[in-house]
Amino acid sequence: MTTPSRDTAAAMRASAIHAGYPGVPVLHGVSIEVAAGEMLAIVGPNGAGKSTLLKVLGGSIKPSAGSVELFGRPLDSIDRREFARTVASVGQENAVTFRFTVLEIVLMGRAPHLGAFGFESPRDLEIASAALDRFDLLGLAARHVQELSGGERKRVFLARALAQEPKIALLDEPTAFLDLKHVAEIFARFRQLCAERGMAVVATLHDLNAAALYADRVLLLADGAAVAYGTPAEVLTAENLRRVYQTEVYVGRNPSTGALIILPAALPNARA
Amino acid sequence: MNPAAGNHPPQRNSAAHLTRSRLLRILAALAILLIVCAAAGGLFGSAHISLVRAFSDPGSPDHAIFFGARLPRVLMGVIVGAILAAVGTALQALVRNPLAEGGILGISGGGALGAILAMVMSAKLGGGEVAVPLCAFGAALLSTVAVYRLAMVDGQLEPFTLLLVGVIFNAFWGAAIMLVNSVVNFYYARSILFWLMGSLEAPTYREAAMVAGLGMAGFAVLMFQARDLNLLSLGDESAAELGVDVDRLRRTIFVATSVMIGAAVSVSGIISFVGLIVPHTLRLVFGADHRLLLPASLIGGAAFMVAADLVARVAIAPAEIPVGAITALCGGPFFIYMLRREGRRTLSL
Repeated sequence: MTTPSRDTAAAMRASAIHAGYPGVPVLHGVSIEVAAGEMLAIVGPNGAGKSTLLKVLGGSIKPSAGSVELFGRPLDSIDRREFARTVASVGQENAVTFRFTVLEIVLMGRAPHLGAFGFESPRDLEIASAALDRFDLLGLAARHVQELSGGERKRVFLARALAQEPKIALLDEPTAFLDLKHVAEIFARFRQLCAERGMAVVATLHDLNAAALYADRVLLLADGAAVAYGTPAEVLTAENLRRVYQTEVYVGRNPSTGALIILPAALPNARA
Repeated sequence: MNPAAGNHPPQRNSAAHLTRSRLLRILAALAILLIVCAAAGGLFGSAHISLVRAFSDPGSPDHAIFFGARLPRVLMGVIVGAILAAVGTALQALVRNPLAEGGILGISGGGALGAILAMVMSAKLGGGEVAVPLCAFGAALLSTVAVYRLAMVDGQLEPFTLLLVGVIFNAFWGAAIMLVNSVVNFYYARSILFWLMGSLEAPTYREAAMVAGLGMAGFAVLMFQARDLNLLSLGDESAAELGVDVDRLRRTIFVATSVMIGAAVSVSGIISFVGLIVPHTLRLVFGADHRLLLPASLIGGAAFMVAADLVARVAIAPAEIPVGAITALCGGPFFIYMLRREGRRTLSL
């Protein structure tokens, strides 16, 4: 499969990536491209290599072959602090060792913008407050992260990523374990950011309906290789999904909004 | 999402994050505490002295006691306590474990063995003044790296493995020191015991100045890593994603803390738990930001050590308890309390 050519310049482009862990190759020649203001969803079964691909884009795993470019510059030519000012990552696990407050965690997002020593300026504080505000966390600013619910904690880390003022956000399962309302609100916030700031968002998702609803483009991964790449309607077809997930899938349209709906369609008597 | 109840702008909420004025206020308060402790340490002891006479009459016994015995003791307490507590804070941040400390991790033990070997050797070859702290530093660094490496399981630092490895190192160095103790003559044996128990006794002003210099140099290095240490609380990967060179940070902290522990151990022996009690208490009261916590533990550690030494001197006067025994008597139960607490909370203090 070839990378589709685009009229907008790519914010991030990965070409023919091979990567993995010592002795365990995971990705076999995956290429993606995300433009400013665009949301790209990476979907696929467990173990398909979604998180690994995200880590390659975030620079924490070096690809064994292939290249990653950030606004046309190869990743290894970019200083790590400059990279942190451009790309923000939010992983699946968000453990914090000591009792930092919510505001302190979000202010940590300012670190790549600050000198070696010293304090955050009023502007840094403004940016952090705006990030808290966007995720409705202002009232929790003085609370310790350890006291928060899973959903609140997730939002704290998304706000921290926002405080980095990145041009690209890499989100690993940003809405896992969250309820419907929070899923909708978090995607709505990132869609806003894509529109307002031209932020590019790359998110791994298990929830195919969320991918269909919110993403501009979808990459369907299976066994470390791209199966399909394009708009949700092009990628999330019953045939593609059946092949990749090896189960019957129903793909329809919401009669009132026209949005794609994806449901498992295994026969009811299959359990008997 | 939740409509925020009591929606304060965080700018006005000084407890929500560290500001320069909050840092200065807290450090000033701790400095006052230190001055009070130091004054008490100078005034009180097994003998009653008059400060007026100590300063006015250089021939008086008061003068000799104050300048010859108490002042150096208080100075050593300040220097050693400051070093141990600041090192504890840095190590806890580095290994992301509030139970880490130079004594508990066996680093001080390694340093003490290095110092003792250097002392025994240099008695024959000379050059002990340089060789003792140098060997203490080398052995402390070796211990730090070994403990850290052995506690790594699949590239992850296991909190409880780390403590177990520390315990084993502690026992091992202790045994090695006893072995040296049994093969050298009586003269050394007495000073070896002194090293094992920890004491603030009998350093010269020159030694004190050297230890203070090494301590301050190490501390300056730590202070430059303070914000990176904050970021490390999010995990190695997140810290790296925020622009921290984690490997470089780790090496820097290893070397700086080993210099500091080596310097402290070479004059005071193994004094445990100071690096545990002081940072933990300060973190509970003032929060986790290392830009505050590092200087606060420097001053707080000094105050704690001077106070502990005062207790050691007056509790059973005219006899004296080794100060290491006092800190361990406070620290042992404190450690167990924290271990129980942390066990329940899966070490996420």
